[in-house]
Amino acid sequence: MKEKLIEKGLLIVALSALGSLLLIALFIFIEGMPLIVKVGLKDFIASTHWAPTRGSFGILPMILGSLAVTLLALIFGGGLGLAGTMFLAEFAPRWSVRILKPLIELLAGIPSVVYGFMGVVVLVPWIRQTFGGPGFSVLAAGIILGIMILPTVIAISLDALNAVPLSYKEGSLALGATRWQTLYRVQFRAARSGIIASLILAMGRAVGETMAVIMVAGNALLIPTSPLAPVRTLTSNIALEMGYAAGDHQRALFATGVVLFVIIAVLNTIALLTMRERK
Amino acid sequence: MPEKISARGLNVAVHGSPVLRDISLSVMANEILAIIGPAHSGKTTFLRCINRLIENQPGFVRTGELLLDNRDVRQWDIDTLRRRVGMIFATPIPLPGTIFDNVAYGPRLKGVRNMRRLAEIVEKSLRAAFLWDEVKDRLFSSALRLSGGQQQRLCIARTLAVEPEVVMMDEPCSGLDPISTAQIEQAMRELKQSYTFILVTNNVKQAARVSDRTAFFLSGELVELGPTAQIFTAPRDKRTDDYVSGRIG
Repeated sequence: MKEKLIEKGLLIVALSALGSLLLIALFIFIEGMPLIVKVGLKDFIASTHWAPTRGSFGILPMILGSLAVTLLALIFGGGLGLAGTMFLAEFAPRWSVRILKPLIELLAGIPSVVYGFMGVVVLVPWIRQTFGGPGFSVLAAGIILGIMILPTVIAISLDALNAVPLSYKEGSLALGATRWQTLYRVQFRAARSGIIASLILAMGRAVGETMAVIMVAGNALLIPTSPLAPVRTLTSNIALEMGYAAGDHQRALFATGVVLFVIIAVLNTIALLTMRERK
Repeated sequence: MPEKISARGLNVAVHGSPVLRDISLSVMANEILAIIGPAHSGKTTFLRCINRLIENQPGFVRTGELLLDNRDVRQWDIDTLRRRVGMIFATPIPLPGTIFDNVAYGPRLKGVRNMRRLAEIVEKSLRAAFLWDEVKDRLFSSALRLSGGQQQRLCIARTLAVEPEVVMMDEPCSGLDPISTAQIEQAMRELKQSYTFILVTNNVKQAARVSDRTAFFLSGELVELGPTAQIFTAPRDKRTDDYVSGRIG
């Protein structure tokens, strides 16, 4: 009897997580879809003019902004993360892995506003002085996001790499391959699906990040033409304008949320499918 | 016949506990030397010392001499050493990729890029391992779809493609059915002309069937080494007699 109660209780708790996800999705769609229908999907995502108080709802600059920032983050964070993963998996002495891995995972626990703060205080002035421009830029957001996605990339791809059977490695070494050849020809190949999944999840995280990006990206409503140009992302747009939006303007922000929701759902599904591919 | 590999007073300990004690033995060129003995008698460790895979294991200490062509294995460049001394493992482990990729792996590492040259090597190696006829129509399908016996012959082909001088086999037939085992043994007998074999096996009868000489390891010591016929019919040591006749181990 008591068992049953606990079981049911836990089930309700578990379902409530799922339920809130469904409610959020439902809410965003109910609030956002009518505007997309009214403006037309094409005009909404392909028009460059965003003046919601005057009836223009084009979010193309924001979509491109999100893509640009995410791409840069993937280049920085993905490259650095995979290099770090290789080092931790194969070349680092064991005692250092025991210290380094938890430290890297700790990066995930730092609030994003702290990253943003570091960006404003250190990175933005540095970019302004070194490369010119306002400093608040695609580049700044890309670098900050790149650091923020490091723990996702490293934790998941390191697990994937460590899950490759030792026998693969020894089989390759026994054929006269060097450690490096073995790593990239055999171990990386065997762990490929997990590594790709880590990059896609990291991408999802980069697309969704808001606070740190608002603080360093400059938030100008322009299609970015250079890495040094300021940019506004989809998430920044919602966060910046939600405070004073009303009527169609507010619904347009929810519609922006719909677009984000779809992008992230697609990314996560791809990540799940690639991970499942691994037998 | 010249000595291909010789151990003199070889001792190995892992984290302070001895695994091999004072091993002295020679492997002659173009012979099949079988190493038999119960589990944990150091057979595999001996092989892993020769191609230095054991160096990946932390806490390992080796003393004494272990020579390939009269030069200590530690003085060889490690990649050269491993190309000259190939190893087949107990569990066949095709690398991820196609059958062709598996066999071409070693040659590609050596820098062979020419597709026609690679195809020649792949065919020659697969023929030598008696696998060609079974896979010639599906060289570009996944190696993981082969049966266990085919996978093990694929691993042999992969090793031969590197053109080693010595082939070490660590219980190559432990997971295989009798027909696959017979095919692998036949391959060994044919290949003996051009290679030197060290065969570690738990299967005493297999040692008797294919090897020229047999060494008996027990608890990290070499108990007896002699012509296979003598080891199986007139062993000098009582422990060897007990083992080959099935009373211990």
